[in-house]
Amino acid sequence: MKLMLQQFPVVFQALNVGFLQTLKLFLITGLGAIPLGLVIAFGSMSRFKPLSALTRLVIWVVRGTPLMIQLLIIYYFPGIVLHNNWWGGGESGRFLASAIAFIFNYACYFSEIYRGGIQSIPKGQQEAGLVLGMTRGQIFYKVTLLQVVKRIVPPMSNEIITLVKDTALARIIALQEIIWAGQSFMKGSHGIAGAIWPLFFTAVYYLLFNGVVTVALGRLEKRLDYFR
Amino acid sequence: MAILDVKDIRKSFGQTEVLKGIGFSLERGQVLSLIGSSGSGKTTLLRCLNFLETPDTGSIAVNGEILFDAADPAALKEAEIRRRRLHFGLVFQSFNLFPQYTALENVTLAGKLLAKQQPGFAARKKEILDRIDGEARSLLDRMGLADRAGSYPHQLSGGQQQRVAIARALALRPDILCFDEPTSALDPELTQEVLRVIRTLAEERVTMIIVTHEMAFARDVSSRVLFMDGGLVVEDGPPERVFGAPTQERTRRFLDSYTGRP
Ligand SMILES: Nc1ncnc2c1ncn2[C@@H]1O[C@H](COP(=O)(O)OP(=O)(O)OP(=O)(O)O)[C@@H](O)[C@H]1O
Ligand SMILES: [Mg+2]
Repeated sequence: MKLMLQQFPVVFQALNVGFLQTLKLFLITGLGAIPLGLVIAFGSMSRFKPLSALTRLVIWVVRGTPLMIQLLIIYYFPGIVLHNNWWGGGESGRFLASAIAFIFNYACYFSEIYRGGIQSIPKGQQEAGLVLGMTRGQIFYKVTLLQVVKRIVPPMSNEIITLVKDTALARIIALQEIIWAGQSFMKGSHGIAGAIWPLFFTAVYYLLFNGVVTVALGRLEKRLDYFR
Repeated sequence: MAILDVKDIRKSFGQTEVLKGIGFSLERGQVLSLIGSSGSGKTTLLRCLNFLETPDTGSIAVNGEILFDAADPAALKEAEIRRRRLHFGLVFQSFNLFPQYTALENVTLAGKLLAKQQPGFAARKKEILDRIDGEARSLLDRMGLADRAGSYPHQLSGGQQQRVAIARALALRPDILCFDEPTSALDPELTQEVLRVIRTLAEERVTMIIVTHEMAFARDVSSRVLFMDGGLVVEDGPPERVFGAPTQERTRRFLDSYTGRP
């Protein structure tokens, strides 16, 4: 216990650095996947059959295989198979590969939520807009969108909380996120070796961060409570 | 000149021909009731008039302007279709109000979007938007909803929602206002308040086409009744004749099925 207290300042510092990387991956995945998911959703709903079939095939593959494998393939494929590691070496290359894997994976999950949300809006809403002389774009932005947002907030919240925890998967390609940082004290780092508590302590970060995310999303849900 | 001239409208869904050549014309200020058994094509006809379905054959003209002609293959631009469909208004059985907007906003939304596309909007923005709001308020007032302008649809009864929907359709000043069973989703008490509003519009000489199963109301409010069966107009005449002395056996059978109903 006394040893732990001695180690704490160093470990805390290192875990904060790792968490920053976790946070960065989380934010960039959110920022990328939320709009990309909409594009994929439109693709999967396209009236042009080859496009919708292809999009759905991609979604099926991405959702049907582990994100961990996707990470490994995206990171190692260019270097090992194409003999051209376009990610570059080092942490920035690992981050870029992780970000692309996460954005694409989550965009596919989000797209299915969007599609469900869009298709759950009664057709009468669109028809009412049409007979009032509105354009399809106006109907989407002024009528449908907010109703879709209201319906997808609960399922999106689940995905976003999963994303917070899934960022740990980037450990598999040695991205220096918080799990990597916690684990490093087992082998030896910053003059501390054989300590497992830092790895366990990372859970506190996830818990607190998910607490914040849950409250924020709960607020959003409340704000959309004014209509049904 | 007739305000509406519909000629030989046919419409099939896959193999089933739902409209088999519908034609009729309508004078300004007339109220036309469209009656007929379930599946006879009444809704499909209204949807064709409102450009929600494209007829396979036939033409639709309003005030002498041909809005739709199946024989003219030139594909219309979306903007042109939008302009043309504004000759018609449509009130749905299920209201279809926009849930995230207040009653007032439901009435003004489309009008404001249209106004924004007009040249010179930016210069007179406030004046134009205020005018649209003002007109919407007086429409809601006519519907007996002056005090509900700020309510969201879920805070309104079905009858109130349908009256908002009527105000929303009237706001764009259509030449012809269509109703598709406007009271079928309402219980009897609320039905009466909506029918009262439609009756007032009839007295104000608003040209209307009303699909309804309320026979007493149709008889009372219409200047003309059209009985449809199997995708065809079987009987067309003033209400006294269609209800009192139908010439066709099918009309008689249909009307008999209503007698004894509450
Ligand atoms: N989009 C569609 N696709 C296929 N069939 C359709 C479609 N719309 C309508 N129909 C068919 O066309 C026929 C006429 O339908 P319509 O809704 O016009 O009848 P209606 O007279 O309004 O009946 P109701 O009194 O029940 O409302 C029905 O048999 C219906 O199943
Ligand atoms: Mg119908």
